[in-house]
Amino acid sequence: MMIEESFVNGNSLIHRLNPVLKIGFAIIYSFVVAVSSKFPSLFAALFIALFLVILARLNPRKAAVRLAAVNGIIILFWFFLPFTFQGEALFHIGPFAVTRPGVIFAAGITLKANAILIAFIALVATMRVTTLGHALNSMLIPEKLVQFFLLTYRYLFVIQTEYQKLTRAVKVRGFRPGTNLHTYRTYAYLAGMLFVRASVRGERVYQAMLCRGFKGKFYSLHEYSISKADITCAVFMTAAIVILVVLEWTKII
Amino acid sequence: MDKDNLIINLTDISFSYPEGAPLLNNLSMQFYKGDRVGLIGPNGGGKTTLFHIIMGLLKPYSGKIEIFGKPVREEKDFRSVRQRIGLLFQDSDDQLFSPTVLEDVAFGPLNLGKSVDEAKVIARKNLDSLGLSGFEDRITYKLSGGEKRMVSLATVLAMEPEILLLDEPSAGLDENTRASLIKVLTGLDLSYILISHEMEFLDSTTTSVYIMKDGKVFMNGDRQIHRHYHIHPHSALPHRHESGFGKKYTDFLA
Repeated sequence: MMIEESFVNGNSLIHRLNPVLKIGFAIIYSFVVAVSSKFPSLFAALFIALFLVILARLNPRKAAVRLAAVNGIIILFWFFLPFTFQGEALFHIGPFAVTRPGVIFAAGITLKANAILIAFIALVATMRVTTLGHALNSMLIPEKLVQFFLLTYRYLFVIQTEYQKLTRAVKVRGFRPGTNLHTYRTYAYLAGMLFVRASVRGERVYQAMLCRGFKGKFYSLHEYSISKADITCAVFMTAAIVILVVLEWTKII
Repeated sequence: MDKDNLIINLTDISFSYPEGAPLLNNLSMQFYKGDRVGLIGPNGGGKTTLFHIIMGLLKPYSGKIEIFGKPVREEKDFRSVRQRIGLLFQDSDDQLFSPTVLEDVAFGPLNLGKSVDEAKVIARKNLDSLGLSGFEDRITYKLSGGEKRMVSLATVLAMEPEILLLDEPSAGLDENTRASLIKVLTGLDLSYILISHEMEFLDSTTTSVYIMKDGKVFMNGDRQIHRHYHIHPHSALPHRHESGFGKKYTDFLA
């Protein structure tokens, strides 16, 4: 499947922010939200994330589609978590008791997952994968990991094309998958061939890099300046984190 | 040709892939400054392998390689060779690995120690000269086949090489891209060896041919590519052409 980058085209404040700031906030925010458990702080977190999406002026329908994917998994939690916790029963479905701690726990997970995901859609999905790579490079992420990430992104498409070529090749010769050994063997061949091609490709790419004087070091063409808007946003983002921490770990409410 | 202009001098090169028959068999070849040579030969005949040996990507089992008058044997000898000889790969997806066009073209100059700004200037200059201005921020994997080939050529030219090794540069190109490639190649002040199976393309871009056969290169020049025209009525009588494009070029290799 291709990485679509469907949110990168935009000219909102969020799109123009320094990518390092966006990634930095997204990471700290995620950690705070992940370890929070009180509902005031979780709702505040969700509110902050929604506010960021509004600031980024993203297409709400597309964002909802992405959220649906994650909430599909979260629904599974709702099927068993309310029944598996001990505690005060809210009501009974047949022989099973739906407990209060179970419902609270499931609700907490739902809020956390959605808040973090929405924040990432607003902050990280609004930059190109390449920008993300370069920004990570200028943060503390090791260069090798960043290059690994960018090369994977670059060749995902090539390998996908090769996979499509292979599947087309079997289709045009009348292959129809079924539950039999022939099908399993064919899929094994496809997978094996894909690995072989990917590794041969990797070798050729490396040779091409050697031919252009590659000595093991990558250089980045990008430098990101810090604008006034970045500083203002950094202040607001810090304030947002402080509010979340105060709501979670102090006894104001 | 005088000895000073001898750039690539291969003597008795032998090579085979593991578990394969010898692909190059005591091959010798000389290439001189200013030459524009077409290299033809059957598929799997070792043409690409020969290029990779010149670049030091593959090691021959035996034989001597001299480039720019100096013997080259080890990886470090080949490093300086790679700055002066540019290899255009058969598959542009092998060549273009950076996310954006500008980064890819700037990759070579950066490796040669240029500053970021210098590299950007060189990259833009090369893109412009190939008619690719405005391509800087395009995503490499989203380019069309023809665009990929031209950008690949730009990445090679950005190294400012003295010689090009072009591995089937015209394969899979449409008429327009082929025409602009011919225009670029003939306009360059560079020597090159070019692998192609297309006689018309070779005719427009090269001045002589080397023929590869049985693991050897034949460069005696007694076979020339030439264009010829003839006219005849589309008569009711079927007829055969005994020579010319109707015949496969491999028939002439014998």
